[in-house]
Amino acid sequence: MKDISLHILDIAQNSVSAQAKNIVIDIHEDSGKDKLSILIQDDGRGMAPEIVQRVTDPFYTTRTTRKVGMGLSLFKQNAQQTGGDLTVESEPGKGTIIKTHFVLSHLDRPPLGDMPGVMMILVGGTTGIEWYYKHRVDDKEYVFDTREVKEALDGMEISEPSVMKYLKDMIRENLQELRV
Amino acid sequence: MTKIKSLADLKKMKQELQSQVSLREKSDTPEGRVMVRVGMGTSGIASGAKQIMEFLIDEMDKRNVDAIVSQTGDMGYSYAEPTVEVTLPGQEPIVFGDVDQKKADDIIEKYIKNGELLDGIIPANYETIDKNKS
Repeated sequence: MKDISLHILDIAQNSVSAQAKNIVIDIHEDSGKDKLSILIQDDGRGMAPEIVQRVTDPFYTTRTTRKVGMGLSLFKQNAQQTGGDLTVESEPGKGTIIKTHFVLSHLDRPPLGDMPGVMMILVGGTTGIEWYYKHRVDDKEYVFDTREVKEALDGMEISEPSVMKYLKDMIRENLQELRV
Repeated sequence: MTKIKSLADLKKMKQELQSQVSLREKSDTPEGRVMVRVGMGTSGIASGAKQIMEFLIDEMDKRNVDAIVSQTGDMGYSYAEPTVEVTLPGQEPIVFGDVDQKKADDIIEKYIKNGELLDGIIPANYETIDKNKS
């Protein structure tokens, strides 16, 4: 994966596959603590403890189409290589929380990447799921909540390509604002 | 294009968007629309599926094709990522492998608009992604 946003796309896809109805993505860039934290939380079907233990093992997967599952393993490896880590908490029937952090200033930390594009793909491609995306840069924050967006759209589909493009632009504008 | 930053702006833009959308000949049933799904598993993403999906969304909008573009989990064709599944109304889904921007363009222009088949179709006893998965 070239950047962190692609890992987020990948991991959030697991939440979608786990039949989550609500998914939270919380990114915090904290220059004071020199830490970039990423939380992905869902209310999907969750995993039993024995699966949680093995889930970052590249030769373990719940999939049946093939025998390796690289998503979480790659993300964890990337985090650990830059002085960070990844942890998985999960409970069957309740959901899963993936917490990752990176050392913000570490030279090998991948760039955050294109979060607006990733959110557009996740939100537009999964109409039955509510997404809550919070992005903090030090003490500034932006929240993108599909419940509010759907209310503003008032019946117009969020999966409409023109709407998806608008949402991407909207998120991009707001994220830029966090860095001013 | 006007910048939109808040949901209030989005509300304002909604009317404009809606009139653009209603200009198309649009069927009201989802079965009447072209369904495009991009394989967005780990191997898909690592091979550039995100860019392909963004390209498809952009171009469907620009070329006024009435399609729903969404992502799906891994299709199990890691050797041929990025993969794109297209279901034309009333037809069986077809999966295209090794999709780059050029091929994505061909999928829209040749297959979706004219029903012409292209190279790179993944054959097999393929049903749909959901049935194929565990």
